[in-house]
Amino acid sequence: MSIGARRLVVGAHYGLADWLIQRATAIVLTIYLIALAIRIVLARPIDYESWAGIFAPFGMKTATLIAFVALAYHAWIGMRDIWMDYVRPTAIRIVLEAGTILWLAACLMWAAQILWKV
Amino acid sequence: MSARQVIRNISIADLVRYRLPVPGVLSILHRISGALMFLLLPLTLWLFDLSLRSEIGYQQLRQAAEGWFVKVVLATLVWSLLHHLAAGVRYLLLDLDLGVDRAPARRSAWIVFAVSLPLAVWAALIIFGVL
Repeated sequence: MSIGARRLVVGAHYGLADWLIQRATAIVLTIYLIALAIRIVLARPIDYESWAGIFAPFGMKTATLIAFVALAYHAWIGMRDIWMDYVRPTAIRIVLEAGTILWLAACLMWAAQILWKV
Repeated sequence: MSARQVIRNISIADLVRYRLPVPGVLSILHRISGALMFLLLPLTLWLFDLSLRSEIGYQQLRQAAEGWFVKVVLATLVWSLLHHLAAGVRYLLLDLDLGVDRAPARRSAWIVFAVSLPLAVWAALIIFGVL
């Protein structure tokens, strides 16, 4: 689908940037999950105090929020690929893609709110 | 002059009898597990919110986790994460041109399942209170 005579607005023609970002965010998430798993093992036994204590320090809040940003971007690229593969009508696909971005942005705000209440 | 061979994508009906190689199974499950985690994101955030909100919320979560629905959701999430993570590490290695040939690619696909499935079963047994 074009907007105007020559402006192609669909497809994964954004170069290798998204490909690379999907890999980079995957590495960020893997490192974060390993660190979190170690942190949980060290905090045992897990009850409310020790669980909330993991996320209370500013550094851990920040690391977790960065992991959520990486997750949102990673999920966006993955869901975009799925929509591109299976939803052929362009108009429906663009609505789904835009909805995915809005939804992930909202989830990100929610995650920040959850973290900064601890 | 012979007619040009027409190559078509397989139809949905063919999916049942199509023998997908192990890396193919790994690949479609990578996609399915990713989509599942995306779909379950609101539930995950809700559980995360409940767990951190307060002592009472934490206890409510413990109670909610007694129900079979939350148990199934948690087990699904854990399997999805384990498969997506293990298969994802394999893809990162493939991106570095490691194990691209057919035999090592099949072997590494089996290794991914050998890592993710027992861990997922172990986690599910804990979630369902067997262990």
